[in-house]
Amino acid sequence: MKWIKALVSVALTLMAVYGLNRTYGIIPALGPFLSPYEGFWRNSEREGEFQSEELVLEGLQAPVQVRFDSLRVPHIFAQNDHDLYLAQGYLTARDRLWQMEFMTHAAAGRLSELIGDQMLEMDRYQRRMGMVTSAKRSLQKMMSDPQTRNAMQAYTAGVNAYIDQLSPQDYPFEYKLLHYAPERWSPLKIALLLKMLTNDMTGYSDDLRMTNNLRKYGAETMKDLFPNYPFREEPIMVAGAQPKFKPVPIPPTPAEFMAGAALHSLERQKPENLGSNNWAVAGARTASGYPLLASDPHLGLTLPSIWHAVQLHAPGINTYGVMIPGAPGVGIGFNEHIAWGMTNVGADVLDWYEIKFKDNTRQQYWHNQRWKPVRRVVEKIKVKGGKDIVDTVLYTHHGPVAYLPHEKPFRSGNTPTGHALRWIAHDNQNELKTLFLINRATNYPQFRQALVTWAAPAFNFVYADTLNIAIVSNGLYPLKWPGQGKFLLDGTNPAHDWQGWIPMNQVPMTLNPARGFVSSANQSPVNPKDYPYYLGSTFAGYERSARINQRLTAMNQVTPDSFRVLQTDNYSFVPKNILPTLLGLIEQNNLSGTQKKAFQALANWNYRFEANQLAPYLFEEWTQRLAKAIFFDEFPPETQKAPSRDRLVQMLLQEPNAPWYDNVNTPQKETLPQLVNTTFKHVADSLYTKDAKGQWGNARNSTIKHMAQLPGFGQKLFAGGSANSINALNGSHGPSWRMVVQMGPQVQAWGVYPGGQSGNPGSRFYDQLLNDWQAGKLHQLLFLKSVQDQPATTSITWTLKKN
Amino acid sequence: MLFLLILLLGLLAQFFLPWWSIALVCFGLAIWKAQYGRHAFLSGFLAIGLTWLGGALFWHLATDGVLSNRVATMMTVNSAWILVAVTTFLGAMVGGVSALSGYLVRRLWE
Repeated sequence: MKWIKALVSVALTLMAVYGLNRTYGIIPALGPFLSPYEGFWRNSEREGEFQSEELVLEGLQAPVQVRFDSLRVPHIFAQNDHDLYLAQGYLTARDRLWQMEFMTHAAAGRLSELIGDQMLEMDRYQRRMGMVTSAKRSLQKMMSDPQTRNAMQAYTAGVNAYIDQLSPQDYPFEYKLLHYAPERWSPLKIALLLKMLTNDMTGYSDDLRMTNNLRKYGAETMKDLFPNYPFREEPIMVAGAQPKFKPVPIPPTPAEFMAGAALHSLERQKPENLGSNNWAVAGARTASGYPLLASDPHLGLTLPSIWHAVQLHAPGINTYGVMIPGAPGVGIGFNEHIAWGMTNVGADVLDWYEIKFKDNTRQQYWHNQRWKPVRRVVEKIKVKGGKDIVDTVLYTHHGPVAYLPHEKPFRSGNTPTGHALRWIAHDNQNELKTLFLINRATNYPQFRQALVTWAAPAFNFVYADTLNIAIVSNGLYPLKWPGQGKFLLDGTNPAHDWQGWIPMNQVPMTLNPARGFVSSANQSPVNPKDYPYYLGSTFAGYERSARINQRLTAMNQVTPDSFRVLQTDNYSFVPKNILPTLLGLIEQNNLSGTQKKAFQALANWNYRFEANQLAPYLFEEWTQRLAKAIFFDEFPPETQKAPSRDRLVQMLLQEPNAPWYDNVNTPQKETLPQLVNTTFKHVADSLYTKDAKGQWGNARNSTIKHMAQLPGFGQKLFAGGSANSINALNGSHGPSWRMVVQMGPQVQAWGVYPGGQSGNPGSRFYDQLLNDWQAGKLHQLLFLKSVQDQPATTSITWTLKKN
Repeated sequence: MLFLLILLLGLLAQFFLPWWSIALVCFGLAIWKAQYGRHAFLSGFLAIGLTWLGGALFWHLATDGVLSNRVATMMTVNSAWILVAVTTFLGAMVGGVSALSGYLVRRLWE
């Protein structure tokens, strides 16, 4: 009896300890997680806990001083580049280690390792898109340049110095939650982060849906519904501003430019609006007499914040700005001489080639009248709590065959089967070098020269110094025949291959245009009439850029505050263009009381998407419903791409009898006025049944979520704006960093981002800027001239000493 | 006496060792000092429970629950106080059963 009792009790204890020390799916290991001595409790940060200190940092060559300001932005003063990047790596890791590692794991297709087999298809997808392979190639390029190699190695050493001093109780919160330990940092991870950026900006295509459209409706209809240049446009480069150059020969358009392939199913469409803005105004039109620059890149918003702010100071460099945590340098920012910002270009740099395999062994494929060998790359995916999965990816000279004809693709929305991927992410220049040089540039020629090594993603780089403003739509663009890659391409025909590149000195650009400002909002970089090369045909609509240009044209004596107000402008040209026409079609006599109220709300609307208004909600619901009623019968989104908003606007305004208004699924013939009236009534009626949703700020249901979507770690947003307003908040996609810089002998700058410097959800600095960001406030950014420059707001100083 | 020993040694161990060191401390001290089963269990339960309650309370109060409120939402327990209670109970139970095991194992030689 004694034995049994003892055995049972000991077994129970062991089971309890073992059971509490492991995870079950999404349930954390409760023992270590809840323990107040090593668990999550320890990640809570006390107020006043953050103080001046001295610490020894492995690998430093000389002491480094770091001054923290009231936003907890580190101002790093180093005596050489090596120490500068080492300190940046160390400090970024202190704030954002988990985020950095999580992003690189996602890029590399290694999430199954952390989370389990539910991430397997996503991992497989990342690997089949060739992310790791291309990151490795990119790494080679970056390591072959002494400056970027030094920066990457020093940064990596800094991150690892932080990791090495961590014991499990110090691990960032998310490691404890998922019950794993940080992995050592490496330069490859930096390359992966840059690939992730390219993936975010260019990793989609509608070629498959467009091909389905082409098969169903023929070339003439496609030309009509999907023109290469939009109905209304204000291109980034105004006519005549583009410098003259002698173009290289453009490849001829092959007679048959559509690969004959089977119908594929699709689900995701390319997002029409990425939403970033930037602009600069010349000194002649500003109150200070010096140029002003604004930049607000829009991205999927997350906590921890996408950006980490930093000032980097060493001999030859004094720059301030934001960077994706995990890579050295400053991405968007300014120095004592120049300021710069980016928006996505959105050129067509991802194409699919139908592959003809010799037989089912898939050892060879047909190209240029002969069989060529397929290269096989084996990918090993580790799975938490399971066996390793081995996956083989087939490579052609085009690129990887992401999915074979019999396979079901992940994210099948933009992934055809049996096709090889040709993608700019697989071509490499040294993007880190560009940032390294821009951070140190003092004038326009240096800035322009730095852009030469920037391949992807292509950005509209806005620029200002004390005398000049400029914008350059810079990146590596394949030299294409007009329309190449709008549809799936024929992988057997060499005429369909990418056949060279637009020379880097011939990318669209403008320096000091006559109108006194430059701007971009992801719209077409240049009118095809003014530019010889084809860049793509699906740029963002013109509405945001039109509003920016309208406001900048009207402004005089521009101040930084005028820019702040413009960045949070909620006006939209979409209702301005179509609402009067749509309301004119409403039969007012047939409206009920609530419908009349809705009609009045829209009729009196000033086209501003303000958070506390009703009209924006009505308008969005109504026009979306109307667009679906018009197009979803002919263009079901699972397999077809519907025409763009721009083309729809043209149709509503100019083609009252277009065939597309009829619903092909009903015997009777629908007309535009019918659709307008029925959809309006439906939206007006449904509105007054769900009262709380009446305000636009609530109705749109915007949220900022934790990167791993943990409930409780994000926040619901209440803010104005719309996808086509300058303040382009849309779902959880929006302005990730608002920056305004005033050039001059003393550069001044302002900025805000939705979150905070710390990635620790147990810190006040995790999201303390969120409310200011929602309210449209900016904080003055503290830009120190030298280490002697010591205002009271930087009372916290860390001295990093060498070993 | 056993309660005090577990409290002190348990606390000390947790500052330097993984959380499951509480089981070893309770087991070992109960072999040495436990008088009877209930004495062992209660000493482990209360002493470890107290260390976990103290730790959780300290972090929750000293930081205005900045993190504990988030974790409570994530674990759908709604209130950080419930999280404090769950934490305390979990530590207490491990302390209790491991101390009891120590006592029962010692009895094998008596």
